[in-house]
Amino acid sequence: METPVLERPQESAQTLGVVDCDIHPAFSRPDQLLDYLPERWKAHMRDYAVRTANPLLGTLPYPRLTPGNGMRRDSWPPNGGPPASDLAFLQEQLLDEHNIDFGILQPLAAGSMAFNQELGAALCAALNDWQIDKWAGPEPRLRASICIPQEDVKASLAEIDRCVADGRFVQIAFPPRTLEPCGRSRYWPIYEAAEHYGLPIGLHTSAFGYRPNTPSGWTSFYLEEHFAASNSLQTVLSSMILEGVFEQFPKLKVVLVEGGFSWLPSLVWRLDREWKRMRSEVPHVKRPPSEYVRENFWYTTQPIEEPEVNRHLLDILRWIGPDRLMFSTDYPHWDFDDPRFAFKVPLTPTERSAIFRDTAIELFGLK
Amino acid sequence: MSNTPNSTREKRPAARHVVARVDEIAPGTSKLVHVGSRQIAVFNVAGEFLAIANRCPHEGGELCKGKLVALIESDEPGVIRVSRHGELVRCPWHGWEFDLRTGKSWCDPARTRVKSYDVAVEQGASLIEGPYQAEVYKISVDEEYIVLEL
Amino acid sequence: MSAFETAGAIDCDVHPPSPRGADLLPYLDDYWKEIVTTREVDVLELMAYPERTRPYMRPDWKGDGDPLEQMQRNLLDPLGLEHAILNVVSGAHALFDPYLSTAICRATNDWLADKWLDRDSRLRASMLVPFQNVEAAVEEIERRAGDKRFVQILTLAMTELPLGRRIYWPIYEAAAKHGLPIGIHAGSNYRNAPSHSGFHSFLIEDHVAQPQGFSTQVASLIAEGVFTKYPELKVVLIESGVTWLPALMWRMSKDWRGARIEVPWVKEAPADIIRKHVRMTSQPFDGPDNAEDVAKALDHLLSDEMVLFSSDYPHWHFEGLDVLPEGLSADRMNKILRDNVRATYARLGD
Repeated sequence: METPVLERPQESAQTLGVVDCDIHPAFSRPDQLLDYLPERWKAHMRDYAVRTANPLLGTLPYPRLTPGNGMRRDSWPPNGGPPASDLAFLQEQLLDEHNIDFGILQPLAAGSMAFNQELGAALCAALNDWQIDKWAGPEPRLRASICIPQEDVKASLAEIDRCVADGRFVQIAFPPRTLEPCGRSRYWPIYEAAEHYGLPIGLHTSAFGYRPNTPSGWTSFYLEEHFAASNSLQTVLSSMILEGVFEQFPKLKVVLVEGGFSWLPSLVWRLDREWKRMRSEVPHVKRPPSEYVRENFWYTTQPIEEPEVNRHLLDILRWIGPDRLMFSTDYPHWDFDDPRFAFKVPLTPTERSAIFRDTAIELFGLK
Repeated sequence: MSNTPNSTREKRPAARHVVARVDEIAPGTSKLVHVGSRQIAVFNVAGEFLAIANRCPHEGGELCKGKLVALIESDEPGVIRVSRHGELVRCPWHGWEFDLRTGKSWCDPARTRVKSYDVAVEQGASLIEGPYQAEVYKISVDEEYIVLEL
Repeated sequence: MSAFETAGAIDCDVHPPSPRGADLLPYLDDYWKEIVTTREVDVLELMAYPERTRPYMRPDWKGDGDPLEQMQRNLLDPLGLEHAILNVVSGAHALFDPYLSTAICRATNDWLADKWLDRDSRLRASMLVPFQNVEAAVEEIERRAGDKRFVQILTLAMTELPLGRRIYWPIYEAAAKHGLPIGIHAGSNYRNAPSHSGFHSFLIEDHVAQPQGFSTQVASLIAEGVFTKYPELKVVLIESGVTWLPALMWRMSKDWRGARIEVPWVKEAPADIIRKHVRMTSQPFDGPDNAEDVAKALDHLLSDEMVLFSSDYPHWHFEGLDVLPEGLSADRMNKILRDNVRATYARLGD
């Protein structure tokens, strides 16, 4: 059996800039978001905080391996504040350092998962205003996501309508660990709006959710929990396809963020195999699932997959299609991918520019 | 006082480079030094100097910004042994652990290795000055320089 | 495939029809006879593995009459099998009563021995044990271990707790002692919803989700240190689909390098642990249409010792006797049909 040697990182010449599809901005102080809430909710947050399915306030139930709940150790801004809370340092350490022409924000705050749905809607609105005010407004390279409280469909539609005119919002975001599988018709008005406005939906893996993180209950360790998050993205894909979402909304675009992608070819083979025998159970799924996968889904690359034999990654890329992958760093998290070194396989120039730039530019309409 | 940690030597004749003063690097901390085009992280491990190539072979994170840690081992779930305090560095990005004495990655000793360099602590002015330019202070023979051998 | 190629092969996943209450009565004591009859403990088909539904019976294998004779006619004889391992995917896993589930497991094992193993010497079986009642499970293993025709312990891909949990370790200790692999079979006892977002609308969705169960069970066994504690233990993933596993190997090995200090008893890369301890049955096979890509997908495992032949009879995964995907080399086929199976199930002996 071949003993692989980790190859020397190859510096790749980037003449055109990179698009980073997953950046996590942070609050410069814990109560910063309150500045964007109306008084009624400011008071509520002070008195009652936000309640979610996370069993702990404070420490994460699966504590991370680095400080700041899992940040790169070198990402603390010299002027103070937590990682990714200081625009100047983010510009220097991320955008300038890595030649990033466009960066897409994924705020990951609790609005979408709040048990108090009215509060959740208010938090999402605040988050969206904060993104523009502190990030996409002052920094023209940054773009924002319309965070929505997906369990409250009416509030979600209102928030989409409120934000969509601002071209700095380039996608709609909600977490994949929804209360029901998200292909269910209950969520369809959101998909209708997204398709209507031509906005992709970016679903970013989330650290906690309503139900256990495995089909056998809760894991004991972070090591088990970390990869299992990508299972929620598999559920998104299967549910949307098998509920017929893409028959209803053929132009809907879905981005699965931070879940890796090496699981995809096998899942697609499985979907097609099962559909051949069981299509009479789901007559509304008129085409083989692999066709919807090829037309409606994209994936961000971080955390980059690291096969034991590097060149096996090329098999995965070719099975998925390099035009479905979009580069992301996940800055400032510990499992950050550096655009120079993340891919340890040779990419053709076409593949490279598709993954690092072109596909995202086209998908998000970046100018 | 000189340290000669166990590490493999370069095949070409060794050149010695002054890279820092002993008192610049407090115990438990590190300094990034440059020797030619190389970036090297020099750590002070309880008074002993160990130096390692700065760039993590995984994705290029800077080991000089990593945390010094002990070796954590176990042969039985739930039963842990801790030894060699501060002799390993965890990369500040993905947390790979490198043994500062050998450069070996703790997880994949056969597969991944960072260069570790011989470091010795030497006296005085008979040394070849490297890119680290000694401050323009008067130098006495009692002062100690950290010298890197390449 | 021809009978010549499969002659002497060992089929690692064959399903007799699940026993009903009446089938189990002869093996129950007076108390349990009373309970099973009065309380109508009869059909024990899992909702997550609904054997009465269309995909679970290939049309040309349907029939009335003696199920063993049908199995001999449809499968054992035409393939020229040396052995076939019977797996009863029983609703016993889903019962809540720790004593009732024990009684059902025991009676099912007795029924298997009497009505199947005694009647065809090619047959072997997985034993059922109540994971709900670990002490009783260990007792049943000890009771049954002397009968070498029982070659495995069966559980499900989706269970009440992740299988690596310490509470189950006495079962693994007994299993390792007697050379019994743990067979993890597709299915769920619905103690937990199959997905992060709850229950699926459709059976096909449930099927598609099974690898999520398998991957998290394997991860649990590794992270909890079950293979460190029981280095002889093997695990067989039954009906998992096969090609999903490399993605787990890569991802878990990658994460382990940074998270090792959380689980320092995991002393090797998870991919290496998986190659040593984890095996997979071949049907169903989630593969591409062309032989070259099938070979590539199997190459990603970096081992030719992991796949074990199975038909998943009588479920509908292939036509005729085309039991394996196209394009496997003769060497790979031979390992899958015979060598890997014998290396995994030491109790097959000979």
